Amino acid sequence: MAKRKAPEVNAGSMADIAFLLLIFFLVTTTIETDSGISRQLPPINDEEQDPPPLKEKNIFIVLINSNGELLVEDEKMDIGNLKESAKRFLDNGGGKGDEACNYCRGAGDPKSSDNPVKAVISLQNDRLTDYGVYITVQNELVKAYTELRNREANRLYGRDFTAMVEDYNNKADYDGDIEKLKENIETIKDMFPQKLSEAEPSRS
Amino acid sequence: MSKFKKKKGGDTPAISTASLPDIVFMLLFFFMVVTVLRDTSIKVQQDLPYADQVEKLEKKNLVMYVYAGKPSKRYQSQFGDEARIQLNDKFASVNDIQQFIYEERQSKREELRNLLITSLKVDQETNMGLISDIKQELREAEALKINYTTKEGDALQNMN
Repeated sequence: MAKRKAPEVNAGSMADIAFLLLIFFLVTTTIETDSGISRQLPPINDEEQDPPPLKEKNIFIVLINSNGELLVEDEKMDIGNLKESAKRFLDNGGGKGDEACNYCRGAGDPKSSDNPVKAVISLQNDRLTDYGVYITVQNELVKAYTELRNREANRLYGRDFTAMVEDYNNKADYDGDIEKLKENIETIKDMFPQKLSEAEPSRS
Repeated sequence: MSKFKKKKGGDTPAISTASLPDIVFMLLFFFMVVTVLRDTSIKVQQDLPYADQVEKLEKKNLVMYVYAGKPSKRYQSQFGDEARIQLNDKFASVNDIQQFIYEERQSKREELRNLLITSLKVDQETNMGLISDIKQELREAEALKINYTTKEGDALQNMN
């Protein structure tokens, strides 16, 4: 019998397999994204402006000292209670007449804030405060706002505010009316506007 | 008998290498995709604090990074262990921030310039004094959108 070479394996489809794998990895690999607390800094005004008049009771003062201890409205406070305390302040609704708040569920204490729209949280820290503590305080304060917004969003639209914002950010996947959603988000934001004021840190 | 003879004498067929380029290209593409090009090597300690009220920084090309923290162990003999700012690849002082922001802005297309966000990647043991100085410089450079970049987790962990 004549010598016969073994038939070569057909490699034509190898490229297809390679591309299949390539596309698989392309689709499944996600490059990690950073996340964090977003803030808007106040612009610098050249001319000296008088600060708008604010009633003492509409300001919620949070002081952080260099050891990371909190002084909230002249009382020492544990960080774990900060969120509840801030919520109580924002949700107080002690205003009368024009300043009344018809969606607040707070105690209506005349010594605390009139209306969430007027309420300002003032945060002041020392130059020696640790950044970690500062972030924790920021986080707790933002959480207080988020929880109140969620409550109102649930009452008015039957879903969480955070879920609404998430839908708005993934516009492509949302099958409802995007304009309406935006309007609803703005409504909730106007009910509990985030008014966080930061003073220049004190030198001690 | 002849059957067995034939096998002994036959030379082994060469494995086809025609598909080798495909495999190599596949690997190449894969690594091209998953590799995050890091144009900066971080020279400061980066133990970011935890927070859970976070927003994602989606558009990477619109983010300017400002790092701060104590110099890493191997730079401590040279730069001390006082918290420092790092911009791009080198240590910088507070006064360099404005220049850095302007340069970053120049490198972007005009319509994107006011969408830029500054990401502050700061070690959690840094003093707030340094961060306030950075924020003041950013205000002066009119880079008002900032993001305190954090790890996701319960914020109360930072207190320990």
